[in-house]
Amino acid sequence: MPGSGADLVLQGVTKRFGGFTAVDDLDLTVPSGSFFALLGPSGCGKTTTLRMVAGLETPTDGTITLSGEDISRLKPYRRPVNTVFQSYALFPHMTVAENVAFGLRRTGADEVDRKVGEMLELVELGQYAKRRPAQLSGGQQQRVALGRALINRPQVLLLDEPLGALDLKLRRQMQIELKRIQTEVGITFVHVTHDQEEAMTMADTVAVMNAGVIEQMGQPMELYEHPRTTFVANFLGQSNLARGTVSGPQGDDVAVSVEGTTLRAPAARSVGADGDVWVGIRPEKVFLAKGGSETDDGLNVLRGGVVTDVSYIGVSTQYLTRMTWGQELMVFEQNTGARDHFGVGDTVDLHWRPEHTFLLDAAQDATAGVERGDPE
Amino acid sequence: MSEPTAPEDRSSGRIGYLLLLPAALWLGVFFVVPLISLISTSLYDPAGSLELGYQMTGEVANYVSVLSDYRDQFLRSLAYAGFATVACILLGYPLAYAIAFKAGRWRNLMLVAVIAPFFTSFLIRTLSWQLLLADQGWLVETLQFLHLLGEDGRLLATPLAVVTGLTYNFLPFMVLPLYASLEKIDPRLMEAGADLYASPFTTFRKVTLPLSMPGLVGGTLLTFIPAAGDYINAELLGNTSTQMIGNVIQNLFDGGSYPEAAALSVTLMSVIVVLVLVYIRRAGTEELL
Repeated sequence: MPGSGADLVLQGVTKRFGGFTAVDDLDLTVPSGSFFALLGPSGCGKTTTLRMVAGLETPTDGTITLSGEDISRLKPYRRPVNTVFQSYALFPHMTVAENVAFGLRRTGADEVDRKVGEMLELVELGQYAKRRPAQLSGGQQQRVALGRALINRPQVLLLDEPLGALDLKLRRQMQIELKRIQTEVGITFVHVTHDQEEAMTMADTVAVMNAGVIEQMGQPMELYEHPRTTFVANFLGQSNLARGTVSGPQGDDVAVSVEGTTLRAPAARSVGADGDVWVGIRPEKVFLAKGGSETDDGLNVLRGGVVTDVSYIGVSTQYLTRMTWGQELMVFEQNTGARDHFGVGDTVDLHWRPEHTFLLDAAQDATAGVERGDPE
Repeated sequence: MSEPTAPEDRSSGRIGYLLLLPAALWLGVFFVVPLISLISTSLYDPAGSLELGYQMTGEVANYVSVLSDYRDQFLRSLAYAGFATVACILLGYPLAYAIAFKAGRWRNLMLVAVIAPFFTSFLIRTLSWQLLLADQGWLVETLQFLHLLGEDGRLLATPLAVVTGLTYNFLPFMVLPLYASLEKIDPRLMEAGADLYASPFTTFRKVTLPLSMPGLVGGTLLTFIPAAGDYINAELLGNTSTQMIGNVIQNLFDGGSYPEAAALSVTLMSVIVVLVLVYIRRAGTEELL
């Protein structure tokens, strides 16, 4: 459906700051009415992309069209687009109601007071109309910023890390709230975030961005289950990636040899599966069994692991197991009560269903997208 | 649900008062006492003199006589100070704005340039303006050559020279508070304005200007109040018909007419206080008080 109706379309958009390329030849179509998330680590170019759509940056190259109209070089105040800024940028000298009315006053809309009243009801701030932003909590300020942008009924609403300043509990609450409001008003939301859980919870479509380019785009479940790059495999949740060599097709599957063990992966999930590959499996898909025990036929099995670390985190237990070739693999076991517990030093076998295996091009960096301690 | 105040709250309140004490003593000795002395001097019998001493006669008539005698100088002072303040705003606002938002790595250098004149004395700087505006100076000759100034036209010893001098001398007092106020404004607020359909001019009018009001009001007060009482500029750059109230007060003190000089000073002070209060109320920046 690219290019249809009121879609937001970016074609070949590039932004360079001096010698630094923040966004590199980006092609992107955001369907009208969708909740779209641009997900990536800080510095990946997602905020720059958003600012180019808002008109706060001018693309070095490429075009941005909205509803068929080229807006690439339109001044920000002439675009039918509004932004919810990171840290909100509320006007401190105006009341909540005046903040929300700001856009309507500029466009000379009628019935401003009634519309402001309705918007404040929608974002549940009716009784705070006369307050100044500084007298509100973070979550309330966030809703003022949302109302101030939404009241203008923009064709696209841009959200730049809108929940970044809120604490975890409030963030969860606002995620649900934002999703509710988006469904209610039916406006296209483009949401920039570095929080993968936030993107997956809210968005219909997620584009994972890294180093100025989009790595992969799709529905949250598709991205998670079928990562096409090591970056996506590591940035969206966590993955075990082991080095393997494709030995050939085996029915609908591809057989791949990892350190002398033959494993199988569905051909449909094996991007560029030829020669050397990364064999990927999500830690929660792997089960642990006592070393040398019987396993069902048709499972992928890696034997001879040794547990090196156990973290009990309530809902699950996270194991690190050192394999015979020295690599440590992660295994997350749900604490259903039906599974055995293992301790450090126990010998274990790892097994999982072949259809959960994915293969990636071995030329990619296996550590791309791994979070390095600092979540910002 | 008002809990009784914890004891440490009360002791920290006492510490607050103790911290105020040195400044309060200083102001008491060097401001309140002289002020009372000034007010009582303004009510002395003007027939007295330094040699013979003054009689306290509650001479309210001093006020009436100085106001009728020096009404022109009074109004002139307010007008010159007003013109200089407006000129300072017109020159200072763009400068402060540029330093705050556009200067980039030149910001500190530009701030130093604003403050640099303070490294020489006020008097010396005003004397240099005398040279600059002199009849044989290059400025006058250039203006005459361009026919912007008549054959016998001059700059020195004109009202323009006095206002120019006042503007020059008090410009930093306008720029610095304005800069401090503009610099605090989050540039994202201007982006938010643009995002919400406001043109750059509307964004300035609705967002930047209101948020810089504390600086504008502060700068205006720091410029207008000393300019209204200034006598150096009128003395060095003006002539006898550009005398300001400061010159009159100085002359009266020099001539030993203490009661009249005091009455004029008190009047000037009261007028300025009233003007400031009205101004702050109008500007909506009561929180400055």
